[in-house]
Amino acid sequence: MRESLETVENLYGSCPVPQSQYDRVLLGHGSGGQLTNDLIRRVFVPAFDNEVLSALEDQATVELAGRHNGMKGPRISFTTDSFVVRPIFFPGGDIGRLAVHGTVNDLAVGGARPLCLSAAFILEEGLPLADLKRIVASMRQACDEAEVTLVCGDTKVVDRGKGDQIFITTSGIGIMPDGLSLSIKFARPGDRVLVSGTMGDHGITIMSVREGIEFETQLESDSASLNTLTQAMLKACPTIRCMRDPTRGGLASVLNELATASDVGVEIDERAIPVRPEVRGACEMLGLDPLYVANEGKLIAVAPPEDADRLLAAMRSHPQGGAAAIIGTIVAQHQGMVILHSAIGGERVVTMLSGEQLPRIC
Amino acid sequence: MKYLDEYRDSEAAGKLTAAIAKTVTRPWTIMEVCGGQTHTIVKYGLDRVLPESLELVHGPGCPVCVTSLETIDKAHAIASRPNVIFCSFGDMLRVPGSRGDLLQLKSQGSDVRIVYSPLDAVNLAAANPNRQVVFFAIGFETTAPPNAMAVWQAKRRGLANFSLLVSHVLVPPAMTAILSAPGNRVQGFLGPGHVCTVMGCTEYEPIAKRFQVPVVITGFEPIDMLEGVLRCVQQLEQGKAEVENQYSRAVRQEGNLPAKKLLEEVFEVCDRKWRGVGSIPQSGYRLRPAFRDHDAERIFEVENVNTQESKVCISGQILQGLKKPHQCPAFGKECTPQSPLGATMVSAEGACAAYYAYGRHLAGNGAKPRTREAVLEHA
Amino acid sequence: MCLGIPGKVVETYREHDMLMGKVDFGGVFKRVCMEHVPDVRLGDYVVVHVGFALHSIDEAEAGRVFEFLKGMNQLDDLKVPSP
Repeated sequence: MRESLETVENLYGSCPVPQSQYDRVLLGHGSGGQLTNDLIRRVFVPAFDNEVLSALEDQATVELAGRHNGMKGPRISFTTDSFVVRPIFFPGGDIGRLAVHGTVNDLAVGGARPLCLSAAFILEEGLPLADLKRIVASMRQACDEAEVTLVCGDTKVVDRGKGDQIFITTSGIGIMPDGLSLSIKFARPGDRVLVSGTMGDHGITIMSVREGIEFETQLESDSASLNTLTQAMLKACPTIRCMRDPTRGGLASVLNELATASDVGVEIDERAIPVRPEVRGACEMLGLDPLYVANEGKLIAVAPPEDADRLLAAMRSHPQGGAAAIIGTIVAQHQGMVILHSAIGGERVVTMLSGEQLPRIC
Repeated sequence: MKYLDEYRDSEAAGKLTAAIAKTVTRPWTIMEVCGGQTHTIVKYGLDRVLPESLELVHGPGCPVCVTSLETIDKAHAIASRPNVIFCSFGDMLRVPGSRGDLLQLKSQGSDVRIVYSPLDAVNLAAANPNRQVVFFAIGFETTAPPNAMAVWQAKRRGLANFSLLVSHVLVPPAMTAILSAPGNRVQGFLGPGHVCTVMGCTEYEPIAKRFQVPVVITGFEPIDMLEGVLRCVQQLEQGKAEVENQYSRAVRQEGNLPAKKLLEEVFEVCDRKWRGVGSIPQSGYRLRPAFRDHDAERIFEVENVNTQESKVCISGQILQGLKKPHQCPAFGKECTPQSPLGATMVSAEGACAAYYAYGRHLAGNGAKPRTREAVLEHA
Repeated sequence: MCLGIPGKVVETYREHDMLMGKVDFGGVFKRVCMEHVPDVRLGDYVVVHVGFALHSIDEAEAGRVFEFLKGMNQLDDLKVPSP
C-alpha cells in the first residue's frame, strides 16, 4: 500500500537505504538484492540485536570458552541456509545437493573447515517417497564429496497445498584455523578481485526449465562444494582478505555488499568476467545481465595486489577453479559503488538490484 | 555470437568515436527514441566516450515508462478478479499504479504470471479452458505483430477465454509531440531500429521535413549507436534533415509486409494517453471490432477507469528532454527506484533511474547526491 | 523498447497451423514463431523479439559498416582517443 505523502519524508529519513513501501512479503524479498537487505536490516537484525549477527558475514564465528589454564578456546564457524528452489530436480543437481553445497560453501568462504551439518525437512503431504529418497541420496553423495557428516535432522509434514513439495534447511559447523580472520570489511584500495569461474550458470539453468520462459540447452547448474578450493587458496595465499559465494543476486550483489562493508570502491572490467556462451545467449535473449544471475559453485576472493597472481595460479590448478580470473580492483574513490568498465571503453555503475531480475522486452 | 559480437568491437568503437569528435564543431542535442538504445548507452557508458558538446537526451521509447497509470489500474482491476490468469511481460510487473504494482497483487494471491511470448499466454488459455486468460499487450509497433498474432490465433482456435488488454503506443506521433512542445531542444533523432523493422522508414520522412530534423534509424549495439550518432551529427553539421537507415541489416524501406498486413487486420489507430505526457492523438492501437470478443477492456468492463497522476512527478518533462532528473524536487527523496512515483524511475533505463544509480552515494546527512560527473571524474 | 536478438534458424516446422522455428542463440535454443518471415531458410539469421522472428538479417548490409571503417583507415591518421 502506498503511504500517504505526509509520511513519505519518513520513508527516506537519515538512512541512505531507501525503505520499501510494501507491507507484505514479496518474492523480491528473497532475491538477494536490495529488498532482501531491507528485510534483514529492518526486521531481523534489530530483533536479535547482537554483534555477531550484525556483522552480516556469510557465517558466524563464535569463540568457545577455553577449558583451563587460560587457554583460548577453539573458534567455530556456524551458519544456516534454507533451500526452496523450483523445480526440485534440475540439470546438474537437485534441491538436496544445493542444500549441502550452500551451507558447506558459506562455512568454507569464511576460511573454516566444514565438519558437520544438520538438515530440517518440511515435506508436503503427497510428495512421492521415491523423490525424497532420490534427494536424500544426492545429499549423502554431496556430503561425502565435501567430507562432512550429516549428524542431526528434523522432519515435519504439512497438509497438501501448504508446502510446495519440499523445503530444506541446513545448518553447518566448521572449525576456524587459529589466527585466520576473513571479513567482507577488510578490502583495501589496491586489492584485486578474483572469481573462481564462469558466472550465471546456475541461475540460467533454472530459468531454462522455468515455465513461461523455458528454452533448450546443454547447460547445467554449477552447484558444487568449494571447501577444497578454499583450503588450497588459503594455503597459497594466507593474506586473502575475504571470500564470498555469489548466490542469489549474483556477482553484482556481492560486490556491492563488499563495497559498502569495506567502504571502498570496486572497479571491474567487463571483458575479464568469464561467462559461458550459452549463458550469454540466454541472457541476451531474455534481456538479463549475467552479473545478477545466481551461482552455486563459484566464489569471489579479494587479495592484496602482490599476492593476486599467485592466488590465481593456485585457483586455476584446482578442478573447480579452471576458469578463474582477476576481474577488478578495489579503489579509494566512489566508496560504496561498483563501477564496470565496458568492452568499448565507457563505464557504468553496477547497482544492487531491487528485487528479482525479470526478463524484459524493452 | 554472430551479428552481436562484431557490433561490440572496441577497436571499431574507437574509430567511430574519433570520427564523431572530428565531425562535431558545435553543441548538438540528439534524442535516442528507444529504451533499448538508452539501455545500450547506459550499459556501455557511451555518453562518456562522446564529445562533451554532444548531448544525448533519452526519449520516451520505453513502453514500460509510458504505459498510462490508467492502464496499469485497469490491469490491476482485471488481475484481481478471481478465475483470471493475468499474463504479462516481466518489465511490467514492477510498474506502480494507483494501488501498487502487479507484483504486490501477486503477493496478495492473484494469479499473475510472467511469459516470454504472447503465444505462451494463448497456450495457457488452451490448457486452462475454465479460466480467463488475459494478456497485457503493451509495447511499440515492434511488439504489435506478435500481440496481433496471439489474438488472431486465439480467435482462429476458438479460444473464447483468451483476451488482450491493449495499450500499444506509436512512435511517430510521440516524436511529433516532442518536436512541437514549446522549449523543445532536440535537434536530431536516432530512430527506433526494431519499430522500423516492422513499419519501415517512410513514416519518418514527413517528420524530418516538417521539423527539419535528421532522423537516423539506428540499431541497438554500441557500433550501431555510434554510427547512428556519427551520421546524425554529419547531417546536422551539413544542415541536412533526411531520414537515413543505419540499421539496414534488419530494416527495409518498406518494412515487414506480412507483419504490417496482420496489423491492419487486427488493430486500428486510436488516441492514447502516455504516462507523464498526457493524451497524444492517434498515437496508439486498439483492437478492431472484429476482435471485440477478445478485448479485455470490454469483457471486464474497465473502460471507464480513471486515475490521477502524481502531482509531484515531472517525468513528462524529463521524457521530452526539458528537465533533468536532479531538477525534480522528489528525486532521491519520495521517488527512488524502490518507490518510484513515475515512469522514468520505474524502468532501469529511465533517465531518473539511471541518474539515481550514479548519484546514489549519499553522505548520510542529507547532502545532495553527487552528480555522475563528480563520481566518475577519476576515470 | 524492442529487445531483438539475432539467432540462427536450425529447424522449421508447423504447430497449430503456424510456421515455427528452432533458433540457436549461442548454444541455447528457443522455439520461435516464423509467421512474419515466411521466406526464411535454414541457416538464416533472424532478429527475434518476444518469441517471434521479425526479420532475417541481410548479410551484405551487416558488413557495410565494417567496410566503411576499413575505408576510414585509408583516409587519414586517426588517433584513437583513450576512453
